[in-house]
Order: sequence, then C-alpha cells, then structure tokens
Amino acid sequence: MTNSTSDALIQMINVDKFFGEFQALTKINLEVKRGEKIVVCGPSGSGKSTMIRCINRLEEHNAGQIIIDGKELTDQVKDIDAVRREVGMVFQSFNLFPHMTIVKNLMLAQQLVRKVPIAEAHKVAMHFLERVKIPDQADKYPVQLSGGQQQRVAIARALCMKPEIILFDEPTSALDPEMINEVLEVMTDLAKDGMTMICVTHEMGFARSVADRVIFMDAGEIVEEADPEEFFNNPKSARTKAFLSQILTH
Amino acid sequence: MSFDLSLIYESIPRMLSGIGITFQLMFLSGLLGLILAVILLLMRISGKWYLSWPAQVHIYIFRGTPILVQIFIIYYGLPQFEFIRDSVFWPILREPFGCAVLALTLNTGAYVSEILRGGVLGVDRGILEAGSALGLSARQKFIYLTTPIAARLALPAYSNDFISLMKATSLASTITLLDMTGIARTIVAQTFAPYEVFISLAIIYMILTWIIQKTFGRIEKYLSRYVNP
Repeated sequence: MTNSTSDALIQMINVDKFFGEFQALTKINLEVKRGEKIVVCGPSGSGKSTMIRCINRLEEHNAGQIIIDGKELTDQVKDIDAVRREVGMVFQSFNLFPHMTIVKNLMLAQQLVRKVPIAEAHKVAMHFLERVKIPDQADKYPVQLSGGQQQRVAIARALCMKPEIILFDEPTSALDPEMINEVLEVMTDLAKDGMTMICVTHEMGFARSVADRVIFMDAGEIVEEADPEEFFNNPKSARTKAFLSQILTH
Repeated sequence: MSFDLSLIYESIPRMLSGIGITFQLMFLSGLLGLILAVILLLMRISGKWYLSWPAQVHIYIFRGTPILVQIFIIYYGLPQFEFIRDSVFWPILREPFGCAVLALTLNTGAYVSEILRGGVLGVDRGILEAGSALGLSARQKFIYLTTPIAARLALPAYSNDFISLMKATSLASTITLLDMTGIARTIVAQTFAPYEVFISLAIIYMILTWIIQKTFGRIEKYLSRYVNP
C-alpha cells in the first residue's frame, strides 16, 4: 500500500464503539483516499452501518481517532459540523423530509447550513435533480414517488451540499428488485465522476464493477480488505469464504 | 311531566347572550394553554433535569386533580395569601374571570404538552438523522423537521382536548361567571324547569363541538396534504 497519512481523506485509527456492554466495533483501522470507492459487506450485525455512521457522527465512537480531511472528530460541535459539511449520507430508508416537496428537500440544508440564497439553492437543486433524471418530480411530495425515485432524490439531496465524501448505508436494500438498477446507475455515474464513496451494500455486481477495495466485516472487525478481483476470486479468510458462498449461490 | 317548548325558545337566546364569555374563556385559555404547553414540552425534552422535573410536577398535579377543584383552589384559596393580594396579579386574580382563565390555562397546558410530546416522539428518527447528516443544528431540526411533522401527528388528540376545554369553560359558572351555563342556572332558578333549559344548553354545546370538529378536520386535511396528496 502506498497510502501515506497526508493524502487520506478518511482515517479511522483503532476505533472502538460500544452499545452498552455490547462491543459493536473493535479496533477499526481504515484509510480512504480521495476519489476511492470502498464497498463494505458482511453479515447483518457485523458493524458495517455502525462504522460508516461513526464517520459523520450519527454514532459516537468510544475510543480511537476518526480524522476527516485532516480534521479530527471530537465532542466539539464545531468539529462535528465541519465534518458533516464534507460528508454526505444516503440511508437505507431514504429519509426524505415527508412534509416538503422534492425540490424543498434539496433546498433546505443548502439554505440553512450553507446559507445559499433561495434562487441559487433552487438552481442547484434542479441541477442535481436533472442529474438523477427526475427533474419533472420537483414539486411532488416524497410519498408520491416510487422507492427508486425517492432514493435518487436522497442522493441528489446529499450532492446539493457539495460533499467530499458520500456514505451509502445499504441504499438498495429497501427497494423492490426492479428499482435497484436505477439507483445503482446513479451511484456508478457518481463513482465515474471521481466522488469518494463508502458503500455498505450486498450488491456484489456493483462491488465488482465500481469498488477500488472491498472490505469484509464480521463481529465488529474488519476481517478482510482487498481489491474486488482478489476479494471475490481468492478470499483469504474462512469467514469471508463462508459469507461469499452464502450470498453468491443464488 | 310536561315539556314546555316555548320555554326553550325563550331561554336559548338568553343563554346565547353568554356565549361571548364562553368564547373568551375558550380562546384565551386555549391560546395561553398552548403557549404554556410548548414551554412545558421544551422543558421536558430539554434533557436537563432541573427543567424537566418542574414540568413533570406541573403535569402530574394538573392531570391528577379535577379541574373543578383547581378552579376552587385558585378562586377561594389564592386570595388567602397576602403576598398574592399585594402582587401585580391581584387585579386579575381578584376577578372570577381571571381565576377561570388561569385554572383552564394551567390545566389544558398540562394535557396539551403531553399531546405535543406524543407528536414529537412520533417523528421518525431517520428523518432527524438525515437532518443531522446534512449539517442541520438541533434547533434547525426542531423548527423545520420536528415541529411541522409533530403538529400533524398531534392534531387529532389536540382537537379532542380543545373540545374538552370548551366544555370545561362551563365550570366557570361555579365561581359566579355568567357564561352560557351560568345563565342557564339562573334561568332554572327562576323557572324551576331544569329539563328544558339544560337540554337546550346541551344542544348549544353540541353545535359548538360540531363546529370545532369540522374546523380541526380542515386543518388536519391541510397538514396532511403531503400524506394523501
């Protein structure tokens, strides 16, 4: 590995996370370079979501360091805000604001957090809605859209904040099968544009074609870390092999 | 027994002359109670025990005792204290109207704050997480996400409480106020016809309830426009 500390956009150093007595993350060490695409997989309860939720402080880590673009994540509100400005997130259940139209969903944080004037915020919102190919839905409410469309809106909403990194927390797990591809296409486009991405997903086709590295987690630990070719064809750990045989058999 | 219809025709307009007092009690305590409820709610969800405990004590006391007893304590009890008679509030607390508004406000405030809390707790956690992830501050999330969503969730229960408040205004008649119920009791004392008079009174209250229900129904429809567009 040629990773030097300086060009890492995300650094997790010996990160531990507990939920009460339960240790959800154990000594997580992860470096992500600018423009890198990481896919995280592993059985449910293995700590994948918890790990990426620590990166933008939706969960608070209990030990170790998390450094985003040179800024360490501490208890200071200022640091948390600074990190959240750089890190976008897309959730499994979309989490659009149900009481706002699509375009308002995309404008709210621009106006409140980045203090963008309303006309400019609207322009940016429409730009990214076009990018995810649903500008015609701008004035509808989230409930009027299909799951796939809602998730594309959620991606556009994150992009409106011009983040350096986007975290995807199982973005296609709540979707009907016929809608998964439209979301993966948007994500693939993003990857091509050089966005830094960490994606928790079980879409192994996506991992193969887009990821620079695949990370396998189990029981709160990073068990294996390899490029997709190596990861799928020649997994080293027994746990990885067992996991892959289960999800690739059908 | 006989049922005197003409007495109904005569007493309804007289009772309606007290509807102004009923409305004043209802809207004034409704508004002040809602403000109190929001304050109590913010105290309860502040996460600071020295704010949350007083709010909980208030809610416990005013939900745990009958409103009639609360009215009596405020009207008959407070003037016993010299510092209250000397205070700036005395011009209000000296009047039965002020006492009635105070009692109704404190009471409805306790109930409504619990209703609002239910609404706040009902807001999907994921929506707030999305707000956090976008960098919204706690205050911004409360104003732009929690409040509008919680308001919709709380509205059906709130409309129920508002109807209760409207009916509770009738208790003000026990401390000499001539609201509709106060006037009805006066008419009954003069005519010895409780049956006709109180049934007429009941009908007026039912009509008011119907109007309140319809009004809240419309607000509910408006606030739910994004759920059933």
